[in-house]
Amino acid sequence: MRVTVIDYKAGNLTSVLKALQHLGAEPEVTDSDLSVIERADRIVLPGVGHFAATERLDSTGMTHVIREAVKRGVPFLGICVGMQWLYAGSTEATGQPGFGAFEDQCSRFPDAGEKVPHVGWNSLEVKGSPRLMAGVKDGEYVYFTHSYRAPVGADTAAVANYIGPFAAAVERGNVMGVQFHPEKSGETGLKILRNFLEWTC
Amino acid sequence: MLTKRIIACLDVHGGRVVKGVQFVDLVDAGDPAALAARHAREGADEIVLLDITATHEGRQTLLETVRRTARELFVPFTVGGGIKSAVEAAQVFEAGADKISVNSAALKDPSLISEIGKSFGAQAVVVAIDARRDPEAKDPVRDAQVFVQGGRKLAGRRVVEWAREAEGRGAGEILLTSMDSDGTRTGFDCELTAAVSEAVNIPVIASGGAGSVAHFADVFGRGKADAALAASIFHFGVSSARSLKEELVAAGVPVRLPC
Repeated sequence: MRVTVIDYKAGNLTSVLKALQHLGAEPEVTDSDLSVIERADRIVLPGVGHFAATERLDSTGMTHVIREAVKRGVPFLGICVGMQWLYAGSTEATGQPGFGAFEDQCSRFPDAGEKVPHVGWNSLEVKGSPRLMAGVKDGEYVYFTHSYRAPVGADTAAVANYIGPFAAAVERGNVMGVQFHPEKSGETGLKILRNFLEWTC
Repeated sequence: MLTKRIIACLDVHGGRVVKGVQFVDLVDAGDPAALAARHAREGADEIVLLDITATHEGRQTLLETVRRTARELFVPFTVGGGIKSAVEAAQVFEAGADKISVNSAALKDPSLISEIGKSFGAQAVVVAIDARRDPEAKDPVRDAQVFVQGGRKLAGRRVVEWAREAEGRGAGEILLTSMDSDGTRTGFDCELTAAVSEAVNIPVIASGGAGSVAHFADVFGRGKADAALAASIFHFGVSSARSLKEELVAAGVPVRLPC
């Protein structure tokens, strides 16, 4: 299966690629080649770091090609900042629009006497029966590292709690996102990635 | 609920684990890849590999070790020891590390922290600090002396102000080793850990002095640590991260139990 992993120069892709290969996929990385996105069976947008880095997706024309692929029904998974990008935007970079699949804004955890960033293993509460979370039980742990997050909404697939509830995963049709790092979340994370790879229309 | 992390640490020399958590029933108890996989399976939340060779000749061996260890490891993986430049850090990341830890090199040139963070994200930069209380200082704990070169030389910095500067320069986490406690098995230096943890907004990993399960509970409570390094779990009577965690759960500490 051709899994296109998009490189927008925001961090290291090695772990994501390794996990996809471990699950039998053949990841192909692009930082600008639109044809690699056009022929993808799956698209993964990883990303750590600053929301502003997603500007590169617009300037290279990748945003447009991703939009077309998503319309054709190609399953898309955003990880960490890649999930935040699926929303309208983030207060981390107010001038930079997101993909807009979900209308909310991402924002920073408020100051509440707890440390920000939120780093470590936190438990999930699965909402409804999202396909991405198939087989994941409430209370399973995944690894987070982030300072911004999306609010819980109608399309939230899993909720985590840190200074209040936030969207740990989101899913609507073929568009999915996870705030945590499935590639670093042990068996639970691999299960979620496998669900994504096995997703069919 | 966010859990407290138990991090397994492997000291590696020439591609072999020379200290750290070992398992008697492993065929090759010195193989970093086998040990890391075992710890992850047993419930370690994270693996730290420290290269104690850290010589030029050792670098290629280290990269090969990192590559082999990372291949089948699906928990966060930190590599440290002798990383002196952003270029060296990039090689370690490409070999499969999720985070790198810097110590002496960051004290020598603190801009290294932001330089690595710029390319790989702040979450990928762990600043390791070796500190010893200074009985002559006004506040012996907050003003504990920072050491470089494996604790052999004074850095001329005080622990809290250096931790704050590291955070300001974009460190994602602090790995704090108490040189007073290290090797004693009498417990972590909870005052030192709390002083640093309260002074910064990034996670602090406590290291040095673990001798019992109670010491971990203590450093997570009184010491306000976000994570703790278990370098020699076997030495205090628990056989794995799993049994350590089971005892911590019983003591009321939130930790992730492996499936």
